[in-house]
Amino acid sequence: MRSSRWFGALMIAALALTLVFLALPVLAIFLHTSPGQLISSLGDGSSTDALRLSIECSLAAVAIIIVVGTPAAYLLATRSFRGRSLVVTVIELPLVLPPAVAGIGLLASLGPNGILGDFVKSTGLQLVFATAGVIVALTFVSAPFYLRQAQAAFGALDPSWLDASRTLGASEARTWLQVAIPTARQGLAAGLALALGRALGEFGATLMFAGSFRGVTQTTPLAIYQDFSTDFTGALALSAVLVAVSAAILLGVKLLSGPALFAGASS
Amino acid sequence: MLRVEAQTRLGALDLDVELTAGRGKCLALAGPSGAGKSSILRVIAGLLRPQAGRVECAGKVWLDTQTGVNVPPEERRCGYVFQDYALFPHLSAWRNVAYPLHHLPRGERRPRALGLLERFGVAELADARPGTLSGGERQRVALARALALEPSALLLDEPLSALDTRTRANAARELGALLRESGVPALLVTHDFTEAALLGDEVGVIDQGRVVQQGTAAELAASPASSFVADFTGAVVLTGHAAPAADGLTRIELDGGGAVTSTDTARGPVAVSVFPWEISLEPAGRADFASSARNHIRAEVLSLTPVGNRVRVGLAAPQPLTAEITAAAQHALELRPGTRVTATWKAAATRLIAI
Repeated sequence: MRSSRWFGALMIAALALTLVFLALPVLAIFLHTSPGQLISSLGDGSSTDALRLSIECSLAAVAIIIVVGTPAAYLLATRSFRGRSLVVTVIELPLVLPPAVAGIGLLASLGPNGILGDFVKSTGLQLVFATAGVIVALTFVSAPFYLRQAQAAFGALDPSWLDASRTLGASEARTWLQVAIPTARQGLAAGLALALGRALGEFGATLMFAGSFRGVTQTTPLAIYQDFSTDFTGALALSAVLVAVSAAILLGVKLLSGPALFAGASS
Repeated sequence: MLRVEAQTRLGALDLDVELTAGRGKCLALAGPSGAGKSSILRVIAGLLRPQAGRVECAGKVWLDTQTGVNVPPEERRCGYVFQDYALFPHLSAWRNVAYPLHHLPRGERRPRALGLLERFGVAELADARPGTLSGGERQRVALARALALEPSALLLDEPLSALDTRTRANAARELGALLRESGVPALLVTHDFTEAALLGDEVGVIDQGRVVQQGTAAELAASPASSFVADFTGAVVLTGHAAPAADGLTRIELDGGGAVTSTDTARGPVAVSVFPWEISLEPAGRADFASSARNHIRAEVLSLTPVGNRVRVGLAAPQPLTAEITAAAQHALELRPGTRVTATWKAAATRLIAI
């Protein structure tokens, strides 16, 4: 009895310490900024440019990830083939890659002197020092977050649902759209939230691959970094806004992934 | 008419079967788990391609490995009721039933689905999610969904196993009536012989990927082709050593002690099979065995399980026995676990199978 009370207290203390440590920096951002400062910093053109660019590029990256990543994750989760675990490992590699290494890698592959540099040039697409480059960098670093979650979500589906759909006259494609995706939606939404959060916060790879030009490639984290040595209050205000936007997006995705979202999927 | 031939290797199992189910007839495949029962259904539905085989239903060839025909599952119109019913959790009951009605205009799907649910007595659950339904309700929705397809064959995988014992007998009766009225050949698999006997016009006993015997349940029970079938059909199987005795009878020294007499002839090691309903029970210690029955085994009641209007009595004896008696007899004898009894049956009710 006494030892279990002692153990319980230890666990509560550990949780309290974790909570304080993780919440304190976020709280501090808001404690340091008054609402007035927040509004005035938003009036600053460079801040709004950075925020708009962050949101636009993150949404574009996540859209690409969903369109290409969802079928890829489904294939990985439901088929077994030679070299499958190697493919999974390669896909997860960007998770552990330092952002600076990711940036160098992108330059070496898609940059002007990279392996595919001539091909990129021939398509007329400008990546380096361009907004498209930001989207490429965000896609690269945040895709594995979605792919991992989506793969787990599809892998957890009851295979008899998919079999039942086929015997009920649905093709593989209809089965995928009307059974697999709706039943895996919570896992997919969780992956989407993680990828979006990662994209909004991306810093290193963007800086190295796309640069930091106001209105073109300077996303919010880059703007915060540029501001903080000269205008700490401005950097704080921008940080507060980024936290709020990220939290709102996360919350929105969680709410949307509830049962209501796909209730009418097959009507 | 549904005709199936399939040979394929599945892990350690060598599946090799040939089956025919007639129009409006239900063939029940019974066998232990891992015997390959579900795999046969998957071959018919097109979810599993055998190494060699042919599936033909209502004059259409669904699979022929020799000519390379392999119709995809969605074009076979084969109603498949899965073991756990496989209702789509994100769709309400009526949308589950409407799922195969994709070819109908939108406005006609709901009335049609409601009509099917009505037929199964669950119309009031149309808007409920599968997660909120009981096992019996899920079964009805799954059946309605499979029949919405207007299938040319109906496949049922352990249709009663997800139901609790109280509702099972009722569900079995309803399902039996439905299968007869549906007019399509049905193939049902179950691990429970009693269930197979109840639902199937014919029963095929399947073991290790092969149909070891096929016939009516009564035929299987009366003349099992092997001790496996005898055991599976529910007959009590004892082992012993047979030797000829006086009057042309056979005396069997049972393994573990005791002896019984049979009118069958055999010599050497045998399986002794006697049906539970041939065994009568008498209070232990009654000295006057002025009975025509030749076989008396002392036993102790282990368990009492109601089966329909009867009670199956599990008995502890040198080799376990099962008797089937009426509930009235149970009360008259005041049977409860621990009661000592003598199990009695006639030599003529004692079948011998050489092993």
